[in-house]
Amino acid sequence: MKNLLNTLTQTFGPSGYEKEIRNFIQKEIEPFVDEIHIDALGNLIARKGVQKEDGKRIMISAHMDELGVMASHIDKDGFVYIAFIGGINPLTCFGSRVKFMNGTEGVVYAETKKMNKIPDVTQLFVDVGASSKDNCPVKVGDVGVFVRPFLDLESRVVSKALDDRIGCLIAIETLKSIKDSPNELYFVFTVQEEVGVRGAVTSAYAIDPDMGIAVDVTIASDVPGGEQLNPVLGKGPCVKVKDSMLISHPMVIKAMTDAADRKEIPYQMEVLRFAGTDAGAIQFARSGVPSGCLSVACRYVHSPSEMVDWDDVENSIRLLTEILDKPVIL
Amino acid sequence: MNNTNDQLIDLPILTDEMIGLLETLSNIAGVSGNEIAVRSIIRDSIAGFVDELHTDALGNLIALKKAKVEKPLKVLIAAHMDEVGFMLVEKESDGIFRFKVIGGIDERALAGKPVQVGKKQKPGVIGACPVHLSTREERERILSVDTLRIDTGPGTSEIQPGEYATFATKFIRMGQSVCGKALDNRIGVATLIELIKNCPENIELIAAFTAQEEIGLRGATVAPFRYDPDVAFVIDCTPANDQPAWDQSENTHYKTKLNQGPAIYASDGRTMYDYRLIHFLTSLCENYAIPYQIRQPGPGGTDAGAIHLSKNGIPTASVSVPGRYAHTAAMIVRIADWEKHFQLMTAALAHLHADILKADR
Repeated sequence: MKNLLNTLTQTFGPSGYEKEIRNFIQKEIEPFVDEIHIDALGNLIARKGVQKEDGKRIMISAHMDELGVMASHIDKDGFVYIAFIGGINPLTCFGSRVKFMNGTEGVVYAETKKMNKIPDVTQLFVDVGASSKDNCPVKVGDVGVFVRPFLDLESRVVSKALDDRIGCLIAIETLKSIKDSPNELYFVFTVQEEVGVRGAVTSAYAIDPDMGIAVDVTIASDVPGGEQLNPVLGKGPCVKVKDSMLISHPMVIKAMTDAADRKEIPYQMEVLRFAGTDAGAIQFARSGVPSGCLSVACRYVHSPSEMVDWDDVENSIRLLTEILDKPVIL
Repeated sequence: MNNTNDQLIDLPILTDEMIGLLETLSNIAGVSGNEIAVRSIIRDSIAGFVDELHTDALGNLIALKKAKVEKPLKVLIAAHMDEVGFMLVEKESDGIFRFKVIGGIDERALAGKPVQVGKKQKPGVIGACPVHLSTREERERILSVDTLRIDTGPGTSEIQPGEYATFATKFIRMGQSVCGKALDNRIGVATLIELIKNCPENIELIAAFTAQEEIGLRGATVAPFRYDPDVAFVIDCTPANDQPAWDQSENTHYKTKLNQGPAIYASDGRTMYDYRLIHFLTSLCENYAIPYQIRQPGPGGTDAGAIHLSKNGIPTASVSVPGRYAHTAAMIVRIADWEKHFQLMTAALAHLHADILKADR
């Protein structure tokens, strides 16, 4: 499973350009689903099972896009100025490396004359080894992602793009383990979450589910000078109560905590004062959808080295499987 | 281009009639929420060329031009017809009005500008304290809209709070350029009117002249719903901030540049554009030797931000005409950029086919 996560995190897929990661996930899940299709925005939508008498139509969403950069200007000396794709702190960029879709790699740095304070993204550039605009292999509009290999620390794993390839892994493994659910399950690997939960908007409209669950990361507080938040690494999956886009439906929260209690899976309640997930979009589909989110506590979110606890990952798969395997009361 | 309908067509040129139409459209008032006069001109221009025409609840004017083939590709082209402007909020005394800004206008660009006010387009001026009487401290502060007033002179008792005002700039031709208010986006409106008249018969064209773009893409949020388009193009007019810096250092943030042709969007604050359509458009430019530029990614947005999220999602592209001084009293656009934009959109309709959307996104 760590090998699968390794491949998931290292496969290219910034928001709007998810073809490569989608193709990989599609191959991985195709044998286990009843129906699969790709919509106009590139969401991968897989149905498993049909709705039985005591079952519901449930949408499970894990976003497959990752943070990235887009070239905005090539200067006369061949430096590539960039815009961010998604919410990135420029402080995490110095000396980091990016890889563009055509394979070109380079180093991110900033106009040093202006470096007495946190630089604005407009001061950042990528040095791809070119010496002029003409020999620069990158064009305006080309997209890239951060380069950072997968690191296995036994009880914890580290990589770029754990947000939200860890959610993809949990959804994939849950999908594989579910055998005979009364529920009609739509596993959606969404696009463009990092730029504004856009893939979830259109896929939730198409599916018109009775209930929605996003699987994503949340900010872990257990680091020096960490945020004043509840989730920590290793204390189990997080049941989201609220973030800035969503107040979870109480019956969705209950379905999650009841399932955890039945299987004696540890869990933590999550109240996030900012940010949002696909669930924030799913709740607004058509006439409204009861929604919630299963989160994995994660350190250094939106940096190129995000960290999660492996027990939390395994427990998240057990928890999501238990939620989806049984009738849900809304 | 792909292997179907790959015969190059003759590209149209921009006629004096089109520039005349733009002049009419630029001079007319149509601030967001009050697009009635613009809508009326558009309706008169296209009524004989379309099969269905209706104004929806938000004020969008939507025309349907049916194809002459079975199962045609349904193509939405959207151009917003509203402009930034002002609304009167209080009559302080006879002919003096407090007002607020509708849409994004820099407060620094307001003082001293002539405006046209109310339903009857009465002349007025945004007044400011003259330099003779202001102190140095006052001159160093930005005049905020709260401290400014629209002055129509006394004897305008029929003008009421709630009415709109716009800049009173008259459209002019300046050599290779045109200058006027509201070129964002009457230039897109004029282009879409021409595209309707010459639409290929294999395409079902849904032409949406949208309302309220400048205050949050509101018309475009509902415009795609009725006809379920397969693909959408948004045509607009976008800022070019392409002058060199004062210290002659390289300008790295210009968004677009004049004289570089139509600006094709890759990403903005509201949309990651469909790269199959970006590739389709840039390939057309190369095959037709039309110059083009990729608008620099970053904040901002077009109607595409609402359209691509309609229902199950719609593959969407945006192509804009670059122009300097957007959202001020006077914008300048190069006629050549507009003509190349018009040619690209004409070519796009001629060569568009469903296979482009069958490829993996």
